[in-house]
Amino acid sequence: MIDHIYLVPLLPLVGFALLFITAGQLPRPWVAAIGVGSVGLSALIVLIVGYEMLLAGASPVVISLYNWFSVGGFVPGLSFYVDGLALTMMLVITGVGFLIHVYSSLFMYEDADYSRFFAYMNLFVSAMLVLVLADNLLLLYLGWEGVGLCSYLLVGFWYQDPANGAAARKAFVVTRVGDTFMALGLFLLFLHLGTLDIQPAMQLASATWQSGDVIPTIAALLLVGGAVGKSAQLPLQTWLPDAMAGPTPVSALIHAATMVTAGVYLIARTHELFLLSPTAQFVVAIIGVATLLVAAFSALVQTDIKRILAFSTISQIGYMFLALGVGAWSAGIFHLVTHAFFKALLFLGAGAVIYSLHHEHNIFRMGGLRRRLPVAFLSFVIGSAALAALPLTSGFVSKDAILLAAFESPHAGPALWLGGLLGALLTSIYSFRLVFTVFFGPVRTEPDAPAGLPMAIPLVILCVLSIVGGLFQIPVDAVFPEARESLHEGAIPIVTLAVPIIGVILAYFMFLDQRIRIAPLVESSVGRALGRFWLSHWAMDWLYDRIFVVPYTFVARINQADVVDTVYNGTATITRRLHHLASLTQTGQLRRYVTMMTVGLILLVAILLGVR
Amino acid sequence: MLLWATILVLLAGGAIAWLAEAWNKDLPRWVSVGSIVIAGLLMVPLFVSTPQTVLLADTESEWLAVSSSTWIPRFGITLLVGIDGLSLLMVALTLLLGVVAVASSWSEIDYRPGFFQFNLMWTLAGVVGVFVALDLFLFFLFWEVMLIPMYFLIAIWGHEERGYAAMKFFLFTQVSGLLMLVSIVALVLVHHSNSGVLTFNYFDLLGIPISEGVAFYLMLGFFIAFVVKLPGFPFHTWLPDAHTQAPTAASVLLAGILLKTGAYGLIRFTVPLFPGAAIEIAQFAMVLGVVGIIYGAILAFAQTDFKRLVAYSSVSHMGFVLLGVYAWNELTLQGSVMQMVAHGLSTAALFMLAGALQHRLHTRDMSKMGGLWQDMPRMGAIAMFFFVASLGMPGLGNFVGEFLVLLGAFKVNIVITVIASIGLISAAIYALIAMQKVFQGAPTAGRALNDLDTREVLVMVLMMLGLVGLGMYPQPVFDLVDPVLASLYEFSGAAEGTQGAWTGDGQ
Repeated sequence: MIDHIYLVPLLPLVGFALLFITAGQLPRPWVAAIGVGSVGLSALIVLIVGYEMLLAGASPVVISLYNWFSVGGFVPGLSFYVDGLALTMMLVITGVGFLIHVYSSLFMYEDADYSRFFAYMNLFVSAMLVLVLADNLLLLYLGWEGVGLCSYLLVGFWYQDPANGAAARKAFVVTRVGDTFMALGLFLLFLHLGTLDIQPAMQLASATWQSGDVIPTIAALLLVGGAVGKSAQLPLQTWLPDAMAGPTPVSALIHAATMVTAGVYLIARTHELFLLSPTAQFVVAIIGVATLLVAAFSALVQTDIKRILAFSTISQIGYMFLALGVGAWSAGIFHLVTHAFFKALLFLGAGAVIYSLHHEHNIFRMGGLRRRLPVAFLSFVIGSAALAALPLTSGFVSKDAILLAAFESPHAGPALWLGGLLGALLTSIYSFRLVFTVFFGPVRTEPDAPAGLPMAIPLVILCVLSIVGGLFQIPVDAVFPEARESLHEGAIPIVTLAVPIIGVILAYFMFLDQRIRIAPLVESSVGRALGRFWLSHWAMDWLYDRIFVVPYTFVARINQADVVDTVYNGTATITRRLHHLASLTQTGQLRRYVTMMTVGLILLVAILLGVR
Repeated sequence: MLLWATILVLLAGGAIAWLAEAWNKDLPRWVSVGSIVIAGLLMVPLFVSTPQTVLLADTESEWLAVSSSTWIPRFGITLLVGIDGLSLLMVALTLLLGVVAVASSWSEIDYRPGFFQFNLMWTLAGVVGVFVALDLFLFFLFWEVMLIPMYFLIAIWGHEERGYAAMKFFLFTQVSGLLMLVSIVALVLVHHSNSGVLTFNYFDLLGIPISEGVAFYLMLGFFIAFVVKLPGFPFHTWLPDAHTQAPTAASVLLAGILLKTGAYGLIRFTVPLFPGAAIEIAQFAMVLGVVGIIYGAILAFAQTDFKRLVAYSSVSHMGFVLLGVYAWNELTLQGSVMQMVAHGLSTAALFMLAGALQHRLHTRDMSKMGGLWQDMPRMGAIAMFFFVASLGMPGLGNFVGEFLVLLGAFKVNIVITVIASIGLISAAIYALIAMQKVFQGAPTAGRALNDLDTREVLVMVLMMLGLVGLGMYPQPVFDLVDPVLASLYEFSGAAEGTQGAWTGDGQ
């Protein structure tokens, strides 16, 4: 089966093609069958391939289809590289992707553009699979841009509202800024290594460069530029909260479980390069910690249920970056996997709430939903527990590993650990703020009956995965260098374990029991200013608007008529004026003509004589 | 002889179309399509023929067909035409877009349809001639043949400002063309004084010794003519007016192929004839290319007229071609050629869409559009495809071109390439804002619009498949032009006075 690995991205692509060509003419059940079925089949193939690979000892396999092109020694192939890392990613993409597709078949059923929705979703899955299977960086870039396009199309899916269009464009353009850095990184790597095939390039890099050389550092930092764009990390994270304008399953699939982790995948995939540059690696760790804190503070004060989750996604990817930055490669990827489970669960749960409450997004207009929407409640409790990294959940296993690895890091390890720990405290506070507000207390909006089985079953499955996911062994041991042994003794592991629990208790006393009164703090002038600052995402949108958007549109507006053209039109005008001047001499009066002729003749003779 | 037959079929087809107007209004269109198809069929044997070798100075080059006969022996002017992979690709693109142009004029042109087709066909014949002429006098003749009918197309069938636009187009092209003519004559005279032979033959004029200062000015004549046509910054301002005012078919031809004659001229004539002088302005030309990329993209974003937006996007895209030609290595040259072909398809399609919108809404003003996806989902999806192609989405032809240009240019000049890469971002900004203004947003109630009909969809699908093909399997195109570029590259690199700079390592 592994020889036919191309089927995995191809099937969703065929699904897209069918839905695109039929252009909404198919009845809904057919659309669902194509849209969900294609991803389901892919998932099945991935399972078989995974089984085969594990039996065969998980050694990497290259499947080449054909040479994309061959120009001047640059020969990117349409080839796939399947190893433990790719397999892990494929399992997440097709597995979680399939569940989200099933969920969507009901969630989007009433939408007029049902077929267009599944077309975009299938195209996304296909592009994402190409991204993780690509054997060379150019093909990876194809998947990379492809998922960006689908993200744009799906964020702006409800195109009639201009706000959605603006959010979609922002998502595309901001990530494209990152993509451009990444493209420059590819140019640099090609210039020095002569190939973009990942494995040969990485071996060549390790053979050519010493640790700490300038070129690998620049190349790695350029790739980080791409990664922070796609994965919504500082300083390019501003697009993700707005991207929540898309339908909720889109947020679950693209903006939580898969696409936004592409940056993490990219760094993990090229980790040999990062190992050559301690600087770049440290930058990744710093970006991770800074982002996880910035986003966690913002998540504390949001009122839109999806925006809370969006900020928490940014924050959790920050943990993955932290893991990569301290060399805990497997822990980072493991957190990617568990995060895909519990964040997809939370988004789909949020979708179920929104679905039953007629598109209500504000958590303070929700309340007491635990009896009315039991499946959603269960989803949120389990999902939030995993998000907060409470013991016995998958999130605990992965986040604990990251924090302990951060502490062991030789570069400012304890500081990184402390940052991550503060983030963990905030995480458990904001996630249980949401749970207590939405599901406890008085009923503020009466919900419809809970949604049907196609939405409930994926939720239940994801609930199970969010708990037992921590027991999985992801097959990446052969991919990454051996991790440092964690000591696991003394106070550090205990503190790491305890902090999230403290957070939940604090949240309980603040938002449910109300024994801790936060109102005076929030109402104080400092509290209010800080709240606004966090709510506006640390004013970064405002800042970028002033630095980039306003000048760009200003330059465009004042030069709409193209200043260069005034030179040519000016020439034309002057010429025309001169013609006019000349034609003034044509008066029709004979005596003037005679006078001028005489004067001219005299002058001519004088000049001729003078010359001689 | 095959090449002459092709050109004659187009010229004759034009003449017959004009005459046919008297019998039936529909007949001219069919005559046009028929003669383009015949011309295309005549080209088919070339794709399978075995190349013959001609010496370019001391470098061997392969030609698929060369034919020569005397014309004005007194001045050494011959009817020398030849076709190699590069020319063949360009001619094939010309004929393909010729059909597209006729198709897009199908329901748009009611006034004098026969004379319209005559001008269209003669423009095509001129373009084909430009791509195959190897006698410099003949080349200049075809350069004019391509210009004058296009002037009529804009001046007679154009939109509200057609007089201004047509005159501007004519003046820019004519003035720069005259500079080229001066250069051609001077080059021939230099050769004459060296060898006593009077000839306009491309092969004979290649590699002749010219003193450095003279060569620079002769080169400049060619350079300006071609950069105006391309168009490169700051000679681009004729283009937005001409494109915007031209009828759809003429816009398709202008953007699709006429611009490419400029790039073709740079690759075929300017650099090989004056390799030493061309290197002197390579840096400058690359800067012009980059300025064009960014400047065009920002102005495209600023426009409210749909056709002007697409026109400025062409300035941006052709900047990549200029950059690629003057970075002059295998990657950038192949990238430039690919960009020419892909841009030909994607921009032609966008102009067709502009025509379709104007036909239905009687405006090009995007502020009066919005929400059209609701009314015309098929058109919306197709427009999305071509705008996405235009912003350089991998998997489609434009990406391959732009990526190769940047990848190769990075070897030559890192700073210029980094700035050029900003074009990738700017392209996304104008392409997506266009989609927003035209197709997204709230639809206007009570608007009854017909979605694209079968004929329009067929043409569009043809071009979509073309772009996907170029994006996912571009190798046939690369293989076709590879021998040509390799020999030009080798030739220019080996030429005296370049110190190997053209081979890429010199800078």
